[in-house]
Amino acid sequence: MVRGAYMRNRIDIHVSDKFFTGVLYVVMILFCITTVYPFFYLLSLSLSSANVSYTQINIIPFEITFEAYRRVLRDEYVWLGFWNTLLRTVLGTLTTLFVTLLMAYPLSKRHLPHRAFWTGLVVFTMYFHGGLIPTYLLIKKLDMFNSIWVLVLPCLINTFHLIIVRNFFMSIPDSLEESAHIDGANDVVILFLIILPVSLPIVATLAMWTAVWHWNAWFDALLYVPDVKKQVLQNVMRRLVLDGVMEVNATDDTLVNPENIKAATIMVATVPIILVYPFIQKYFVKGVMVGSVKG
Amino acid sequence: MENIKTMTLKYIKYKYLFLMMLPGLSFYVVFHYVPIYGLQIAFKDYMFKLGIWGSPWIGFRNFTDLFFAESFRQVFRNTIVLSLYQLIFGFPAPIFFAIFLYEIRNVVFKKTIQTISYLPHFVSWVILGGLFLQFLSPSIGPINAVLRSLGMKPVYFLADPKWFRTVVVSTHIWKNVGWSSIVYLAALTGIDPELYNAGDMDGANRFQKIIYITLPSLIPVVTIMLIFSIGRIINDNFNQIFNLYNPSVYSVGDVISTYAYRMGLVKMQYSSAAAIELFKNIISFSLVVMANSVAKRINEYGIW
Repeated sequence: MVRGAYMRNRIDIHVSDKFFTGVLYVVMILFCITTVYPFFYLLSLSLSSANVSYTQINIIPFEITFEAYRRVLRDEYVWLGFWNTLLRTVLGTLTTLFVTLLMAYPLSKRHLPHRAFWTGLVVFTMYFHGGLIPTYLLIKKLDMFNSIWVLVLPCLINTFHLIIVRNFFMSIPDSLEESAHIDGANDVVILFLIILPVSLPIVATLAMWTAVWHWNAWFDALLYVPDVKKQVLQNVMRRLVLDGVMEVNATDDTLVNPENIKAATIMVATVPIILVYPFIQKYFVKGVMVGSVKG
Repeated sequence: MENIKTMTLKYIKYKYLFLMMLPGLSFYVVFHYVPIYGLQIAFKDYMFKLGIWGSPWIGFRNFTDLFFAESFRQVFRNTIVLSLYQLIFGFPAPIFFAIFLYEIRNVVFKKTIQTISYLPHFVSWVILGGLFLQFLSPSIGPINAVLRSLGMKPVYFLADPKWFRTVVVSTHIWKNVGWSSIVYLAALTGIDPELYNAGDMDGANRFQKIIYITLPSLIPVVTIMLIFSIGRIINDNFNQIFNLYNPSVYSVGDVISTYAYRMGLVKMQYSSAAAIELFKNIISFSLVVMANSVAKRINEYGIW
């Protein structure tokens, strides 16, 4: 009797679990479609011809044509945007790595005089900042407008990243550098010859964070770079799409329409990051974990 | 006297460490502490010719003007309302997503979903602004194509004050749900598998195991995340709003940071804009400090 009820119960569980798994998979697949579909829709729009009808949902491009891309890639501002973004990313990543590592090492040393003060000076800026207007006035005063350095220097160190690197350095045993100290090597030499080779994972992580940040950054360029030839890709796209500035499609021919070209412009700015992110996501996941542990 | 002497000797002894910090410290002084010094224009009538130091002090007039302006109160309300919606709808979303993901046993399927869910996190709001402008468009967007085929009137999601907040909250969830779930997933992988075995022995089905085992183990991390989210209630998402909004939805979508931006860099009223930012900064700073101390207390006394 009892045994029978138990068996029936087991079978019910089995059936309900199967049902549960089915629902779970359906929900998750719907979720993925929701995430990807906006991108897919734009891709499809960018590959469609001017005759595309908007009265139905388009999944497959209508009369596939690369004309929109041809138009976008003929625009010199798009290429200049690519170049400027690349420049700020490379320059920004290199300088940020250099300065952050140089700063994190002393802060990781217990014998640094007034260490608590220097750390506090840095950490305070995470909670309180001057904000947009005083920074803007400062840049104006320094006359940095239109310079590539205005996209690099004001964001040179991310304090959160600095603290993570410092914590990593603190976890390296002192014994590693003791013999070098005895041999009379100074701290600069020790950082680059002894500490850095064992810190490559954190250096790579910091490089990824900084590079992706620079690639996606746009607001500083919008404020401080009025010269359209020095503008970054994100803002070139923004100008073309949101503000409706349309040198590229001052045309009313039948091959493409403005919407195709807008979509193609957005895709041109999006595709690089979509292609790269699956391979670098693990570095970013690590960052979230560190952040949540340290609070 | 002795103290100063030993300290000086220490600084000389560790001169290389300070040499290394020099570029970083100059960065912090120039790009963090000089702007903080510049915040004094919030209490001044800033004129470019006179500079920050030379402009006349006017006390709290910028602030009182602000609090009497209906437009600022509107913006303040919008910020809080949007944050509350974000908290109500946006906060639970990644928790559910993490639990669903945790329930999937097929590793390849799980990893694929995770990678796809991270995609929008890596795309900036400028690009997404352009993307949603087209995706939600009344003339070419697929959502409106569906509405039209059902015989309904197309909706201008980004220009209709009735819809704008919904769009802000749902696109925010769309962008962040996968990424925000990482913290919860990490907490879930820490659950002792023995608990689930015990659940099996007691004849619990999967749904019951979620309710009685998975959810309770998430409570500590959910509590901490909730405290920090409440601490950020005054912080709006400038990047998102700036790239989605337009004058027709200012009444519901304009927030403190976008308002300060227009006040300062469009209307050139630097002092008022700085006053707005300082006001927001002080509230935000106090909230974060409070959130930190509450979180610390919970962690220390180990309520769970």
